[in-house]
Amino acid sequence: MSKKVIEVNNLTKKFGSFTAVDRISFDVKEGEIFGFLGANGAGKTTAMQMLCGISMPTAGEGTVAGYDIIKENERIKRNIGYMSQKFSLYEDLKVWENIRLFGGIYGLSDKTIAEKTNELLKQLDFEQERNTLVKYLPLGWKQKLAFSVAIFHEPRIVFLDEPTGGVDPAMRRQFWEMIYDAADRGITVFVTTHYMDEAEYCNRVSIMVDGRIDALDTPAELRRRFSADSMDEVFRQLARKAKRGDS
Amino acid sequence: MIEVKDLHKSYGRQGKVNALNSISFTVDDGEIFGVIGPDGAGKSSLFRILASLILPDSGSAIMNGHDVVKDYRKIRQIIGYMPGRFSLYQDLSVEENLVFFATLFNTTVEENYHLIKDIYQQIEPFKKRRAGALSGGMKQKLALSCALIHKPEILILDEPTTGVDPVSRKEFWDMLGRLKEQGITILVSTAYMDEASRCDRIALIREGEFIASDTPQGIIDDYPEVLWAVEGTGMSALLGELRAHDKVKSSFAFGDKIHITVEKNLQAEELKRYLANKKFNDVRIAPIAPTVEDCFMALTS
Repeated sequence: MSKKVIEVNNLTKKFGSFTAVDRISFDVKEGEIFGFLGANGAGKTTAMQMLCGISMPTAGEGTVAGYDIIKENERIKRNIGYMSQKFSLYEDLKVWENIRLFGGIYGLSDKTIAEKTNELLKQLDFEQERNTLVKYLPLGWKQKLAFSVAIFHEPRIVFLDEPTGGVDPAMRRQFWEMIYDAADRGITVFVTTHYMDEAEYCNRVSIMVDGRIDALDTPAELRRRFSADSMDEVFRQLARKAKRGDS
Repeated sequence: MIEVKDLHKSYGRQGKVNALNSISFTVDDGEIFGVIGPDGAGKSSLFRILASLILPDSGSAIMNGHDVVKDYRKIRQIIGYMPGRFSLYQDLSVEENLVFFATLFNTTVEENYHLIKDIYQQIEPFKKRRAGALSGGMKQKLALSCALIHKPEILILDEPTTGVDPVSRKEFWDMLGRLKEQGITILVSTAYMDEASRCDRIALIREGEFIASDTPQGIIDDYPEVLWAVEGTGMSALLGELRAHDKVKSSFAFGDKIHITVEKNLQAEELKRYLANKKFNDVRIAPIAPTVEDCFMALTS
């Protein structure tokens, strides 16, 4: 559990005179579930884009999955998985076609894809939905499938951007049980959420305010430090300090 | 007053997807009525019918005396509608959007400024900015201002807080509270169960049906199960052991605790001994009052 899969130092991103991400430094260990919280406009998305190798930092340095985020960003993309609430799967492709597509993008062989597809559909109890167009799946099912597809190529890290938004309460919890399984298999999980009960399910949590990381610790320690009963209260205390007139 | 009777709506060839199934409810003047449920439950279909944007297959909806099908022109004058997806003109500025919507309804921004002042003031410093370049929170405030500028009698808000952080969500509900004080009837949908307490009455919706409708407290009072909170270290393993106990009916993580429903004849001490045998020695168990989320889960299990 001690190997670091994300390590960043003073990571900064400026758009003109606006500093979206302001010298953030942190690391994430292998197999950890790391919650990345912050108010709307605090800089979470920009920070995540830099970690995923799709946005170049203005300053600072770091590695993700062992690769340099500036010089080796193409390699990073191959070694991570990503899913968000807004986009995860192609609605007009069937379940098996989505798996086939993403498996292919990540360079898995046809044989591996075929074998793993059967395995996955069985695990999810999805075998009857193999030929269903994704748009006809209920949201909760879609998100479970999307998560499985995001880790289909066994990446070292998976980035989840609000994966459970709008998902019903029981499904939301089943989704988190899948996250735990993935973490147990050694996949590091980097997740954003607006559900503060989900912050409790993370091993450690960081909270961004105005482009900086203002707090980073285990949920229990954060509650203790802010004399708060819940993560919701911790979040409120921190987010209230925000000066950006954004949200 | 809103009176909805036996609304049905299905989509697709041969009505394959059943979006709404026999929905009936009433909303009193000046009430905040929340329709709460996951995405895909039918919330948007219901609101689009009430906003006269789509037709129901059968059933009726009367808003302040006007039928949403026959009197659609009148309906559009008396309601303010904020769709789930941001649908203002991205290439117009903040100010231009507002003026445009005021003009459409034959009024001016000045005439009803008092209604939006509270909300609009927060984005007024950016009034020359293109709407498309606003942040999520600011877009939401502009959309609400535009929905209010013609002084609607009824406000229909489709998931206004989706993707919004907890602090901004609270601010948004504070704004709705102040609009209610001005006498506006508010119909609002959300997937966040914790927002139920901000409504006068709520309906829980799932797969096109209302599975409960009452005041938030009324829903909680009707909770049929015995509910306990369990705390301890090693939550994931603890969850597994709880599920294996034959008198534990359901167990789900709720933040730093686990909520379990149990058979009436189970004693907390008995469960503690069982867990101690499994090497969970620091477990705390206490009966708790359910949240609306517990109620939703009990109703859908």
